[in-house]
Amino acid sequence: MSQDIIMNPDGTQEYFINMGPQHPSTHGVLRLVLTLDGEIIEKVEPHLGYIHRSIEKMCEKDNYRQIIHLTDRMDYLSAHMNNHAVCLAIENGLSVEVPERAVVIRTIMDELTRISSHTLWWGVMGMDLGAITSFLYGFRDHEHITEIFEETCGARLTMNYNVPGGVMFDLHPDFVKKTKAFLADFKTKLPEYDTLLSNNVIFLERTKGVGILTKEMAISYGVTGPAGRASGFASDVRKHEPYSKYPNVDFKEILYTEGDTFSRYKARIDEMWESIKIIEQLIDVIPEGDFVAKTRNVIKLPKGEFYQKVETARGELGVFIVSDGKMQPYRMKFRSPGFSNLSALNEMAKGGKIADLVATMSTLDLVVPDIDR
Amino acid sequence: MTNEEFISTIQNWFPDAEFIEEGSQFLNVFVPKDKILEVAKKLKSDNATQLDYMFNLTCVDWPDHFQMVYHLKSSELGHMLVLKVKLENKENPEIETLCDLYRTAELHEREVYDLFGVKFINHPDLRRLFLTDDWIGHPLRKDYVDEINIVSLK
Repeated sequence: MSQDIIMNPDGTQEYFINMGPQHPSTHGVLRLVLTLDGEIIEKVEPHLGYIHRSIEKMCEKDNYRQIIHLTDRMDYLSAHMNNHAVCLAIENGLSVEVPERAVVIRTIMDELTRISSHTLWWGVMGMDLGAITSFLYGFRDHEHITEIFEETCGARLTMNYNVPGGVMFDLHPDFVKKTKAFLADFKTKLPEYDTLLSNNVIFLERTKGVGILTKEMAISYGVTGPAGRASGFASDVRKHEPYSKYPNVDFKEILYTEGDTFSRYKARIDEMWESIKIIEQLIDVIPEGDFVAKTRNVIKLPKGEFYQKVETARGELGVFIVSDGKMQPYRMKFRSPGFSNLSALNEMAKGGKIADLVATMSTLDLVVPDIDR
Repeated sequence: MTNEEFISTIQNWFPDAEFIEEGSQFLNVFVPKDKILEVAKKLKSDNATQLDYMFNLTCVDWPDHFQMVYHLKSSELGHMLVLKVKLENKENPEIETLCDLYRTAELHEREVYDLFGVKFINHPDLRRLFLTDDWIGHPLRKDYVDEINIVSLK
């Protein structure tokens, strides 16, 4: 560190603490340098790049089919949505019509991913604040979805299930039955989440009024997803720029106005209920037919620019493809939600305590590979 | 605001802006390098446009210039627009920062500085973001050579 140490008039001095890269609550290799006055945080400065793989550079050397599997490795808890975003951008460029069956499957998969990501987040959030039980509860429910994914996609984490034109395989024969069983079970489990944390006095004390982000700041920093909506920034891509089956399903955009850690927490809990609602509307009406449209083996996008947004579990993911008509994109940019959400951390944590920073960071739900790319 | 309304409004304010609609789902507005701050300020603050949410900031390395790309959206009105700036100087690309208008630009511009080497004038903290300080070159430039890690398909 090259900063000069500033002496206060009373002889005390501010000091720096490294939080991470191995700190358990940074959820990966993220390093934060905290400037402290006693226990009060004056500044949080993220240092990134520990798992920077330059996916954008790799994309310039790969063809369009190969790119999709790289996106699994960005926000690995939203793997389906990441694949979905790239596929939509490519399909948009090729003007391919995706079969109705694939559209519905994709939407169901996205929402299952959202639930699985949020259950994991909920468990980890509890653990960050010192409650180990929630971690076990969260993983219990997360596991059911992972099994459903494994049956259909053949993988548990990096599914790589979407392909340009549809999905890679048809649904497993047990998919509908198992998903319904999961939803029925999860609807009895979700109230447990509230009993354990949402109505817990210690938890409320640690989260209410902590880490406040105003709506204006959320927009300026581009904080999207549940974190942005907790500040009142209506940024749900599924509502405002709908894609796939979202225009035809009925669900609420969760909005809070407080912008504190607790409302970010509540936004995600409520979102899980909405996801259940969406899946229930679709699971009985999966149309028969093809699950993938015929596309050429070698995909060449026409010259031009393609931008596609999707709503991942963390917020707005943007895929920006600049094509010069070749097999590979000329330039590919991923606007990852975690990157922008992290940038607002300083704004939220300033003036608070280190323990509050842990709670605030939990509700941002950072996935470091998504930030570093 | 529709694209036609955008064009007439912006042309009124800045006669030297150029507009392209082909090859993109957004309206692309090309502005001269030294006007970017002024244009962005107007687009953000004016009641008709209110483009207060920057959802993407990036750079593209074309053979003869760098192109800065700013994707803007209005959180109130929902319309979108892309601002583009040509940076002709490939040796030493420079542009005014938009940090004061859009806080999200702070990290995004550091990323562009790190990976493209574009300098942002008046940026409060312009350092490399992902790579180490002693890294040589800017990897997302097309002329970047790394024989060990980059394997070409051809």
